[in-house]
Amino acid sequence: MTDAMPAGDRKPIAPPVDETGPLGWARKNLFSSWGNGITTIVLLAFVVWVLDWFLEWALFTANFTATTGAECRGGGACWALIREKFRYIFFGSFPYEQHWRPLFAVIAMLAMLVLSADRRMWNWRLLVIWGVGSFVTFLLMFGQLHIPLSLILAVALIAGGIGLALRSGLATPSERMAYYALVGIGAVGLVLRIAGVLPSWSIAIAPLSYVETSLWGGLPVTLILATYGLAFAFPYGILLALGRRSNLPLIKGLCVGFIELIRGVPLISLLIMASVMLPLFLPSGTTIDKFLRAQVAVILFAGAYIAEVIRGGLQSLPKGQFEAADAMGLNYPQKTLLIILPQALRVVIPPLINTFIGFFKDTSLVLIIGIFDFLNTANQALVDPNWAGFPGEVYLFAAFVYFIFCYSMSRYSKYLELELNKGTRR
Amino acid sequence: MLKKMAAGVVTAGLIGVAGTAHAGKDLDAVKARGQLICGIATGVAGFAQQDDKGKWLGLDIDVCRAVSAAIFGDAEKVKYVPTTAQQRFTALQSGEVDMLSRTTTYTLTRDTALGLEFTGINYYDGQGFMVPKKLGVKSAKELNGATVCVQPGTTTELNLADYFRANKMTFKPVVIEKVEEIRAAFYAGRCDVYTTDASGLYSTRAANTPAPLKPDDFVILPEIISKEPLGPVVRHGDNQFTDIVRWAFYAMVEAEEHGITSKNVDEMLKSDNPSIKRILGVTPGMGKALGVDEKWVYNIVKQVGNYGESFDRNVGMGSQLKIARGLNALWTNGGLQYSPPIR
Repeated sequence: MTDAMPAGDRKPIAPPVDETGPLGWARKNLFSSWGNGITTIVLLAFVVWVLDWFLEWALFTANFTATTGAECRGGGACWALIREKFRYIFFGSFPYEQHWRPLFAVIAMLAMLVLSADRRMWNWRLLVIWGVGSFVTFLLMFGQLHIPLSLILAVALIAGGIGLALRSGLATPSERMAYYALVGIGAVGLVLRIAGVLPSWSIAIAPLSYVETSLWGGLPVTLILATYGLAFAFPYGILLALGRRSNLPLIKGLCVGFIELIRGVPLISLLIMASVMLPLFLPSGTTIDKFLRAQVAVILFAGAYIAEVIRGGLQSLPKGQFEAADAMGLNYPQKTLLIILPQALRVVIPPLINTFIGFFKDTSLVLIIGIFDFLNTANQALVDPNWAGFPGEVYLFAAFVYFIFCYSMSRYSKYLELELNKGTRR
Repeated sequence: MLKKMAAGVVTAGLIGVAGTAHAGKDLDAVKARGQLICGIATGVAGFAQQDDKGKWLGLDIDVCRAVSAAIFGDAEKVKYVPTTAQQRFTALQSGEVDMLSRTTTYTLTRDTALGLEFTGINYYDGQGFMVPKKLGVKSAKELNGATVCVQPGTTTELNLADYFRANKMTFKPVVIEKVEEIRAAFYAGRCDVYTTDASGLYSTRAANTPAPLKPDDFVILPEIISKEPLGPVVRHGDNQFTDIVRWAFYAMVEAEEHGITSKNVDEMLKSDNPSIKRILGVTPGMGKALGVDEKWVYNIVKQVGNYGESFDRNVGMGSQLKIARGLNALWTNGGLQYSPPIR
């Protein structure tokens, strides 16, 4: 070492100006060679040109205030059309004076989704959030709810069954007795109800005027079809995925058959089956609500896809996890719910959200059976000859709304991926 | 997720509550329900479209309203069920709707083999041609050598070929499956001519002309090369209901022929003309024969209007579509709209 200056006295010199800051960044990334420099300039000019044209059309020459389509013609974008039609596009043919109901239903559903996105809520609170959220949503949409006795009994039966399966080794005797009581009441009640001993009785909650599903339209329809379609399809898909890995040949065969059958046909064909074939098989005069038919078709379809995604997660788990769970004396439900699924689901979050996003958009296929979801009410707004010839504006608006939803889901997926993999990152 | 499932079961039950069911004869079912369920198109300008408040309007909608006015004395007791071309007949056969009023062409097989009954023709349609005005074409006979945008696999395509062959002309087809893409191709100038049913041409011109172009830049040629009679449909099995649907429409035509409009219908009640007295129920008998209130025509005309008013308001000169009456003028004016006498 021949340093003249002792190490402690060295002053760090700032790097040259053209290597740091925005200038340095640009030099390094955009103008590192002649070729790159020219490409950058050409692309920049192109972007400016497109942006200039777009802003000129969408903002500077746009018409926000016209009252008819004819006034709008000739200038830039006709946003007055959206202003005139946005209530219809969002809520469809829901009675006009009552539009506050779907509005609050949408808010309730969004609140429910945002709350369940928070990991701190992933326990019993989830049940409360979804119970209250769904109740509020459907009360607002229908206006009146009739909860039949058989439904209450079925809930008791299922709740008791789940309790018994999950907490068989852990519950105190009194807790276990409560589960047995629930199952008993539910099972006996349902049998009596079906046999006709118990009368058909229901709790009626009717604070608002009744609005049937055929009048629903726009954003609430898209949200309900997607949210409940996926909320049902998720547990259903898990059951299918577990069934497909079962050792019992009958269960395995049924699950494989179902999954392959559903994945082998397009969603449109399922929807058409539900709307064209199903009514012909039912006894004359009996019809099942069209909205419910579409909802069930979406659930079945999404379930099969989710099952395959989850199966991927199950297969990625090392065999040791299963064996360790067995060695600890856990029964099958406990092993699955406490050991296997938490790990398997973590692995499949990105493909799962991908499936979710896909289905959120796929719901607009319900147009072919005459249900007006968000995209289709936007389409309907175009039919009005008074506002003829502005498809671009309407579709841009619809795309913008879809983008907000899908992009939030995608960001959430990213956050969740980081959050859940904290343990495995170094 | 189990918790979600439990919450889900509740909602499944809640949605299920909305299911509808009825039994017995169609008319009894309609009356018991207090509402007519009318199958309509999913958005065709002028025929079935929704306004800003989600209310259905159009020529086909007015037929539903007339039937409701005849049965209930109130044109608004209708539930509209949008149906697509694929599911419309199933919806009718399975009882999901009581009647269809959705630009459906009246043909022999549909009237017989499908177990359905066409009750009349509320719009005489036919295949036509639309061209840009700047081509200066006045007649379809001048279209020799033109490029024509057409949907494949439809009778439209076959009619087109027949027409050009019969007139010893040639054409270059541009065959596109989706309607939206056909329109885009036509407006982008990829073909000289767009051919489909004339009502479709008028509504395309009015509703789909993209912004810098104006509807007036396009003309619809006078030649109509096929028959497409559109009318309301019911299913076999309840002849009384069929009669009501048939005569509710005829009443609108008959009212126009006798000069009864929604404006003057109250004065017409005092008319001395025996036909008008019979029609409006001043001389009773017609309503009883049909099994509805004697004031049925009065209610239809007062609330819905006569055929001419409905045509004008929805598709004619009073609307943006500006369709000429043409074949749909009354027979007294050289058209085809003709009602058997109400007597």
